[in-house]
Amino acid sequence: MHELSVALGIVDLAKKELHKAKAKQIDSIQLVIGTMSGVEPESLEFVWPMAVKDTVLAKATRNIEYIEAKAKCLECDTIFPVEKIYDSCPKCNSFFKDIFQGKELKIKSLEVS
Amino acid sequence: MCGTCGCGTGSGPTIVKIEDHGHSHEHTHEHDHTHEHSHSHKTVIELEQDILQNNNLLAARNRGYFDAKNIFALNLVSSPGSGKTSFLERTLADLKDQYPFYVIEGDQQTANDANRIHALQVPVVQVNTGKGCHLESDMIYDAVKQLAPKDNSFLMIENVGNLVCPAMFDLGESKRVVVISITEGEDKPIKYPDMFLTSDVCIINKMDLQPYLKVDMDKLRNYAQQVNPKLVFFEVSATTGEGMKKWYDWLIEQI
Ligand SMILES: Nc1nc2c(ncn2[C@@H]2O[C@H](COP(=O)(O)OP(=O)(O)OP(=O)(O)O)[C@@H](O)[C@H]2O)c(=O)[nH]1
Ligand SMILES: [Mg+2]
Ligand SMILES: [Zn+2]
Repeated sequence: MHELSVALGIVDLAKKELHKAKAKQIDSIQLVIGTMSGVEPESLEFVWPMAVKDTVLAKATRNIEYIEAKAKCLECDTIFPVEKIYDSCPKCNSFFKDIFQGKELKIKSLEVS
Repeated sequence: MCGTCGCGTGSGPTIVKIEDHGHSHEHTHEHDHTHEHSHSHKTVIELEQDILQNNNLLAARNRGYFDAKNIFALNLVSSPGSGKTSFLERTLADLKDQYPFYVIEGDQQTANDANRIHALQVPVVQVNTGKGCHLESDMIYDAVKQLAPKDNSFLMIENVGNLVCPAMFDLGESKRVVVISITEGEDKPIKYPDMFLTSDVCIINKMDLQPYLKVDMDKLRNYAQQVNPKLVFFEVSATTGEGMKKWYDWLIEQI
């Protein structure tokens, strides 16, 4: 399950930021996850307690902002929401598309004290 | 895992070059340092940082190294047992006398696959990821250091058998190759679309079984193309060698 690597990556980044900020603790963390990022919300939820145990994030509350995927058809320029990677253009049925939103996998911000 | 010295019992990956006598070791250790500071006001740190940034940065570094040395690096991904190692064995046996090849084998446990490659006298490093379900770019960085590949060569990376997790982790490869065997069902590409979306080449393996399975090949290819219209297909049998010639022609053109 790659969500564990992702969660451990988050812990690493958070640790560095905490030290940089010379703060004592992280109170909350805001994540941004696109629906086409490859991360399953349930899986991340599942591994989170394991990943943050005894780390700087152990006591932090976690907020996740999900971003809906959107694509632009490469044939007719129609912009449409993507639910499945293999969705075709609703206007011309082409499968050639550029998914320009929904691949986000970011730490937006940390609240430290 | 090394039976001789017991390395690889920790949580990090073990990366071992397979040699005839003895072997070298690389260990990765995680160190935790915690410092106490005493501040008590609340601050919001705006980060906007990509979580996979570390992996992506090192992948870019690998890619730069490969470009500079004209090394063509392939990342082979598939479900367990689609035939990645068999496909590699066949390719190496047929081409290794004309071109220099290097191999990195990724598995959770055992050096079985690396031993199969080593039997063909091709330089190979086994990466055991332990609990990890995919290779990451830092493992490739370490493995490549051990392999010290020549300029103008091929580097074949066999990822851990897993059609989900390796999709997210760029290794710095030149091209990604997804292997699917016809025993897996025509709709595999839309069940596991991420992997087909991020690949450049799709190898359809075990074609020797087609007389018994009668798989609808158009359907399979159509599903894959719906996910990724740019995929290049090769239909092969690693067992009989059927269809491999076209793959070799493509491969040789890349360097
Ligand atoms: N009939 C047939 N069997 C094949 C073919 N290619 C591989 N196999 C068999 O499929 C099984 C798995 O092959 P491997 O090459 O070990 O597969 P893999 O993808 O490397 O497996 P993992 O590394 O465990 O993910 C073996 O029993 C092979 O003999 C093929 O073209 N035709
Ligand atoms: Mg294998
Ligand atoms: Zn369109």
